Amino acid sequence: MAEITFLEALRQGLREEMVRDERVFILGEDVGAYGGAFKVTEGLFQQFGEGRVIDTPIAEAAIVGAAAGAAHMGMRPVAEMQFIDFISCAYDMLTNYVATARYRAGLPTPMVVRGPCGGYVRGGPFHSQNPEAAFLHTPGLKIVYPATARDAKGLIKSAIRDDDPVLYLEHKWLYRRIKEDISETDEILTPIGSARIAREGKHLSIITYGATVWKSLEAAEQLAAAGVEVEILDLRTLLPLDDAAIEATVKKTNKVLIVHEDTRTGGLAGEIAARINERVFEWLDGPIMRVTAHDVPLPYAPTLEDYVLPQTEDIVKAARWLAAY
Amino acid sequence: MPRAASSIQSPPTPAGLSRDQLLEIYRYLHLTRTLEERLTALYRQSKVIGGLFRSLGQEGESVASAYALQRGRHKDFLSPLIRNLGSLLVMGAEPIQILRQYMAKDQSPTRGRELNVHFGDLERGYLGQISHLGDMVPVMAGITLTFKLRGEGRVGLVYVGDGATSTGAFHEGINFAAVQRCPLVVIGEYNHWAYSTPPEKQFAVKDLAEKVKGYGVPAVTVDGNDVIAVYEATRYAVDRARAGKGVHFIEVKTYRRKGHAEHDDQHYVPAAELEEWAKNDPVDRFVARLLEAGWAAEQDVKDIDDDVKDEIDRATDACVNEPLPPPESALDAVYAQPGRADRLWFRGV
Repeated sequence: MAEITFLEALRQGLREEMVRDERVFILGEDVGAYGGAFKVTEGLFQQFGEGRVIDTPIAEAAIVGAAAGAAHMGMRPVAEMQFIDFISCAYDMLTNYVATARYRAGLPTPMVVRGPCGGYVRGGPFHSQNPEAAFLHTPGLKIVYPATARDAKGLIKSAIRDDDPVLYLEHKWLYRRIKEDISETDEILTPIGSARIAREGKHLSIITYGATVWKSLEAAEQLAAAGVEVEILDLRTLLPLDDAAIEATVKKTNKVLIVHEDTRTGGLAGEIAARINERVFEWLDGPIMRVTAHDVPLPYAPTLEDYVLPQTEDIVKAARWLAAY
Repeated sequence: MPRAASSIQSPPTPAGLSRDQLLEIYRYLHLTRTLEERLTALYRQSKVIGGLFRSLGQEGESVASAYALQRGRHKDFLSPLIRNLGSLLVMGAEPIQILRQYMAKDQSPTRGRELNVHFGDLERGYLGQISHLGDMVPVMAGITLTFKLRGEGRVGLVYVGDGATSTGAFHEGINFAAVQRCPLVVIGEYNHWAYSTPPEKQFAVKDLAEKVKGYGVPAVTVDGNDVIAVYEATRYAVDRARAGKGVHFIEVKTYRRKGHAEHDDQHYVPAAELEEWAKNDPVDRFVARLLEAGWAAEQDVKDIDDDVKDEIDRATDACVNEPLPPPESALDAVYAQPGRADRLWFRGV
């Protein structure tokens, strides 16, 4: 076993799938000899050649559209957005063309669109976004968002093998910060649609994903010292949501704090709260509360970014408030 | 008695097309127009559920361009627009499929989920467009990139209207395909109207071909109502693409002689212009040429006309009374796995 980073685990997953299945290929900006802006695809061009790792023009709609065409023809394309912020340039192609293809015309479109997302890195408004809410109400797409190195590998492999289009969001704050013992020979296939208990607890549940899984774990340590035992559910897949896992943790702790890095209004927390209300209302002993980013574009200065984004101490305070309710 | 030599010696035919092929092209032209006329009748009887889009005046370029492809299972591939019904028929789509699509029948290729010519068949080699113009250019870039990567020697063809050359997707897609040297032929249809917008409000160049040359793509402009000329230009581009020489653009100058759809009375179109283009009808021109050159006799044309009418009658009778899809089938096949969307709670209360 070797300790590898989140980013290396993701690359390991990509490499394994490219070895296993010659239909898998990568396309995107600077993904070839350069190895990608964050070096996710480093070495793959040298190993697999220019027919499997394709540098493209700066044209996200063409990247996603071409991936869709290749997928129809039986290929398994993995399209990289250099920063996930640029996926908005391909919004039409993803929501109107890709997501509807199976439903409207029976077209198989097995493809992955992946890219670095998220803040806490002083990236400013256009290198820090979390775009999940923009795609959440798009039937036909799946969205995965790993928090651990193991799931970074397991979800990219499952996404590539999935017969439908998958949006794979990888938090750049986790790329080199998170390390785990993962063997090259570990065949990890994290199932899509399945959440994970990141920490067991009994007093309240934090439902979260991505970087805020780690912020929540930090908060849970502090809360435990104060006698509050928090359960943390790491969603891993945002579309489709693991309703059974959400219901189970609500029934166990009877209080829910939903934490996400994305902004509040129209964010995933609202959808989760609505589902809990519809399905397990009687099990609640308090209001469903949210800890999210403030409703502003993400600013650059450390003082501003830290203020806008949810921090560990915000989660601690919110959880204490809810535990005392 | 042996027949006179003069009557068995066929006159030389154009563009490497045999007499049978010329008659086959005529059949597709006539089938396209007649099928649309049948759809118009069904539209007026409220049997067509949505809008009806005619390709009157554009049948020639649609049929001739598609005819330049290799057709059959897993051969060449195209993506038609709303006014390329003729190209779909050439690729093997059946009139009954078109009728069912327009009437939203359960047995339509999309099971009532999509409209008109928005359907595809990966084996026969066509892919229905979506309504967002220009989007099929990147998609076809990906399909032809796959042909290139696999070394299959297959060619793709995509249509784009004069209005759609204003979209970002068109420019991103043709540039991507040019850089990758994809075996892709792009037919630019200059039909003078994008809904009600004329070309001078769409772009500041005279010819679409001028827009494309900047991408390093060879571009020619041809008379879109000359069936043989469109076939020859496309055949050249297809052969070139198959030989690994990359993207080729063909601008076909033609005219949309009906409104955007049947509801549109074309009040914005000068009447004199319509009359002028009606005299330049691609099907009439092709028939006149067939007869004048002696490639076909009046009886050949009439036999085809009768056969087409019979085919469309039979197709209409077979499907006009078919049921619409069962309501709950709307939830099926959103995904491969799990395929079915949840039925919402208020339907079970």
